[in-house]
Amino acid sequence: MPRLHWEDFEPGQVTDCGARVVTREEIVAFAAEYDPQPMHLDEQAARATLLGGLVASGWHSCCILMRMLTDNFLVDASFMGAPGVEEVRWLAPVRPGERITARATVLETRASRSRPDMGFVKFRFELIGPSDQPVMSLVVSPMFGRRTATASPELGA
Amino acid sequence: MKYFEDIRVGETSDLGRHTFTAEDIKSFAARFDPQPFHLDEAAAARSHFGALCASGWHTVCVWMRLLIHYRRREDEERRARGEPVAQLGPSPGFRDLKWLKPVYAGDTVSYGSEVLEMRPLNSRPGWGMIFVRNVGVNQHGEPVMSFISSAFVERRS
Repeated sequence: MPRLHWEDFEPGQVTDCGARVVTREEIVAFAAEYDPQPMHLDEQAARATLLGGLVASGWHSCCILMRMLTDNFLVDASFMGAPGVEEVRWLAPVRPGERITARATVLETRASRSRPDMGFVKFRFELIGPSDQPVMSLVVSPMFGRRTATASPELGA
Repeated sequence: MKYFEDIRVGETSDLGRHTFTAEDIKSFAARFDPQPFHLDEAAAARSHFGALCASGWHTVCVWMRLLIHYRRREDEERRARGEPVAQLGPSPGFRDLKWLKPVYAGDTVSYGSEVLEMRPLNSRPGWGMIFVRNVGVNQHGEPVMSFISSAFVERRS
């Protein structure tokens, strides 16, 4: 039984979702498979680009965040996926060897009109870089299961 | 890549297609989005998706790969004709990503894009910003994902 349900989220809550180092090997491996551009693949070629050196693909940052959230946050929640992502901002490059942390801020919660067993929680998730500045920010409204026992009477079922 | 000045609002591109095999879906999910409904047929059958389906992040990462391959072919053709090739800069982010239908094992998704808006940048001479709507459609003709991307594109002068 997961510990966190839809009812447990409230606007303003901030949760630390772990830290990890992003390695050169994983940046290059991800890029070779999904985003084969010089700035993600090769240090020498990357120097000639606008970002001036090897950086992680923005999609890789999304995937890294997803994995950190899964391991450190959603593992303990009645998470049901998300219908989409409202906005992603790639604010600063993620470079090899950098340590990043993930942070979740609840913006709002909303019950589902059609599904009494679930609700939506709108978050801003951020990856924070080594200088304590966000390198990526993502606004998304995932679905979470409700505690059925408390959900049913409210809905008059 | 075309130069900013040669791009027109409303231009469309057919980026190609990808078949999501069960193996492919599980391999991506194991690394980045390890939810039971992306990893295991039996667990997926019990979930609200009803069958093994791809991570939404997987469906956009494949778009990225197809886009890069499309651009590479386009650049080669341009060079073969003796035309100059513009640089594609980094992207500041994207918005309105919608995962409209699950992508199940065995589904083939065709990807396409359409230029929505173009903005010259006063802050960065030599570069313009383009906004593009990207869509993925499955073998039944149903849209499975869409989002609006943005990117810096080099100008002629």
